[in-house]
Amino acid sequence: MQMAIDLYQLYSRINSKTHIAPLVTLRVLFGIIMFFSMVRFWYHGWIEKLYVLPSFHFHYYGFDFVQVPGLWTYGLFVICSISALTVAVGYKYHLSIVLFFLSFTYIELMDMTTYLNHYYFISVLSFILIWLPAHTSLSIDARLNSKIRSLYLPRWNIDVLKIFLAIVYIYAGAAKLNYDWMINAMPLSIWLPTKLDIPILSTFMNTKSVHYLFSWGGAIYDLGIVFLLLYSKTRTLGYFLVVIFHLLTGLLFSIGMFPYVMIVATLIFFSADFHLYLQSFVRKIFNQKIQNISENSQYQETRPISQKFKKLILFSSLFLQIIIPLRFLLYPGNVFWTEQGYRFSWRVMLMEKTGYANFKIVDGKSGKRFYVRNDDFLSSFQEKQMSTQPDFIVQYAHYLGEHFKNQGHQNVEVYVESYVSLNGRKSRPFIDPNVDLMTVADNFNHKYFILPFEK
Amino acid sequence: MKKVIGIIFTGILIFIIHSCSSDDGPITMMTMEPAPSFDRKALLTNWADNVIIPRFEAYDKRLDELNSQHNSFLSDTNVSSLKALRNSWLNAYLAWQHVSIFDIGKAEEISLRNFTNIFPVDTAAIFQNISSGNYNLLLPSNFDTQGFGALDYLLFGIGKDDQDIVNILSSVDHKAYLGDIIVRLKEMNQEVLNDWKFNFRNQFIDNSGSSATASTDKIVNDFLFYYEKFFRAGKVGIPAGVFSGSKLSLKVEAPYSGIYSKQLFLEAFGSIENFYNGIGFETGENGIGLDDYLIFVQEQNNFSNINEMILTQWTSAKGKSQDLSNNFRDQIENDNLKMLETYDELQKAVVLLKVDMLQVLNIQVDFVDADGD
Repeated sequence: MQMAIDLYQLYSRINSKTHIAPLVTLRVLFGIIMFFSMVRFWYHGWIEKLYVLPSFHFHYYGFDFVQVPGLWTYGLFVICSISALTVAVGYKYHLSIVLFFLSFTYIELMDMTTYLNHYYFISVLSFILIWLPAHTSLSIDARLNSKIRSLYLPRWNIDVLKIFLAIVYIYAGAAKLNYDWMINAMPLSIWLPTKLDIPILSTFMNTKSVHYLFSWGGAIYDLGIVFLLLYSKTRTLGYFLVVIFHLLTGLLFSIGMFPYVMIVATLIFFSADFHLYLQSFVRKIFNQKIQNISENSQYQETRPISQKFKKLILFSSLFLQIIIPLRFLLYPGNVFWTEQGYRFSWRVMLMEKTGYANFKIVDGKSGKRFYVRNDDFLSSFQEKQMSTQPDFIVQYAHYLGEHFKNQGHQNVEVYVESYVSLNGRKSRPFIDPNVDLMTVADNFNHKYFILPFEK
Repeated sequence: MKKVIGIIFTGILIFIIHSCSSDDGPITMMTMEPAPSFDRKALLTNWADNVIIPRFEAYDKRLDELNSQHNSFLSDTNVSSLKALRNSWLNAYLAWQHVSIFDIGKAEEISLRNFTNIFPVDTAAIFQNISSGNYNLLLPSNFDTQGFGALDYLLFGIGKDDQDIVNILSSVDHKAYLGDIIVRLKEMNQEVLNDWKFNFRNQFIDNSGSSATASTDKIVNDFLFYYEKFFRAGKVGIPAGVFSGSKLSLKVEAPYSGIYSKQLFLEAFGSIENFYNGIGFETGENGIGLDDYLIFVQEQNNFSNINEMILTQWTSAKGKSQDLSNNFRDQIENDNLKMLETYDELQKAVVLLKVDMLQVLNIQVDFVDADGD
């Protein structure tokens, strides 16, 4: 009975009306940051280095059809950058955010080598934004079309973003609760002592207690920050910690735009008044006044059914967000070692893993054999990623097998001698060197040929 | 809510107090007093002043001698001056083994290694260059028609015996080509050496941070790249057929003289160990090297002794190579198994260097300075 009332309260809460201002700030700042991060990617020459130059690319399971379109890759980045800008200014918002989501996600799918949690974060966030009416205020769309202007919307439109951020932070925090991170202060004990470019802080970077402080502080931050942000009394403190935490990690590690993305995204927790205050500066610049919008105007879908449809989409994707990071439980072994179910789970800056994989091509009949020079086929970045991740190793082995078959080699078998070191441990053999990798498939089944992590 | 914050902060407080006071268990030696990090600047300074620059200087002297022996050979072209020239070629070639690692700064910019020691050389192209007299040694297409490999061919392989070689080299065209490639070696090194002395040294030492473009990361990557590609594969693996499945004995270093391939290999091996250990070239003093860096980090974190494993592995690789013939070409053709065994020992060190050492020193083996997360 009590539960029914709670559910009812929850239902009426998420459907009660709230001001759109937080969503608008997010739309504008997200668009601007995305624009700059695309330009930055281009400026660093990474489009060429990471996508255009390598002749082979690693694919996500089921996404083999996503190919690097040669020099058209630059076109993809143009589409992505421009749509980010039009999202920011709210011009043809629906088209823009869909284009942004598709182009950004396509770019990420082109090569698994470049997988980063924060790129995945951006893909998911932009997917969510597709279904939210973030363009009904402070936008060109709203200026051009008075019909869509609106200041209020059902609360779930904002809540869905808060829940998503909560999932990200809490999973990131939970992932830190492991022996290496908490008890050994690894990998921070390896990473921090080399971070000597920061004044004052650098003095403490080799201090063991600082490594523990950072490890524990990071875990507590990730687990608790959402709660600080949720309650108005602790929100300012919480946001202060957000800024400190992300700027500090940005200073210590090369994680690109991620700190700024999070600093902007967490603004969603602030009240509409706060956001209106922020936006008043923008409005002043553009001399735009809030006019002719009645206080009660609420975003009205032309077809009420689509509201339900959107809710269904968003809440089922949040449900997936909760399920996906748990899939590692289905696999035996240490997830840090096997990386089965490692990605898409907010395991951020969590381990130091180094590997080496030496591939042997064998003629199964004659026994004639030779080794492969990886730099003939892979960029150094691809080789680095490949050598520690079993699915990369299988994909690459198959690629090599096909390559040498096409060269006229007979009875091609592919073996790998590989070693991986995790969080400062002595390197250990990684993949069973006696398994012909041509006989195994890269799929979601447990990869039995990963050698055990424990001695 | 206050309760939650209270709990969090009490937790942090307890943790800090605990970590500052405990003196046993896994968390030992905890103190907020700053502990100095490993001094990368001192490492770079030792490498620059005691290892790298003295090596380039020594190589420079050997090139001077090569040049003057070449002049003697020009003025008095006979078998004995040929032998003297060959001798100075060998000395310069041995000195080269000490600087080949350092593909950084000006050396990288002008492709010093590619223009100095690409082998096997293209003898047909060398013949073409000489007979046409029309060649541009600055072009990458001429990597394999110059340098020590070309000299090996010209001084040892171009005729059927010493007298025949002298006769062939007596021609104006041959003399001109021989002179051009010796002068080019000298000029390239002069440029690199001067840059190290008057410009790059300070830049190298000052760039003591930890980004992928910092000196330590860069030179350690260069070192590993050299070890894997030019030393392990170039001198042993490729000619022994590790990457082709069949022996390619003509791909050994200096195949025309033949008898020096092992000596060149061992000289390079010594230069690798001395760089790693930070041993001064002139002084012989054991300065700061990667060994010290590893020991520093290992002891601090109770890691296994990677340094010792690397040194032991190299000792066993050297042991294997003791049995090899002075002439790797003969060795490969007659008993390639020994060559492959040496390769395997060198290979085992690759894992220790590229996986274990890089991990512990937090050096990224990645030349693309991309984002992480």
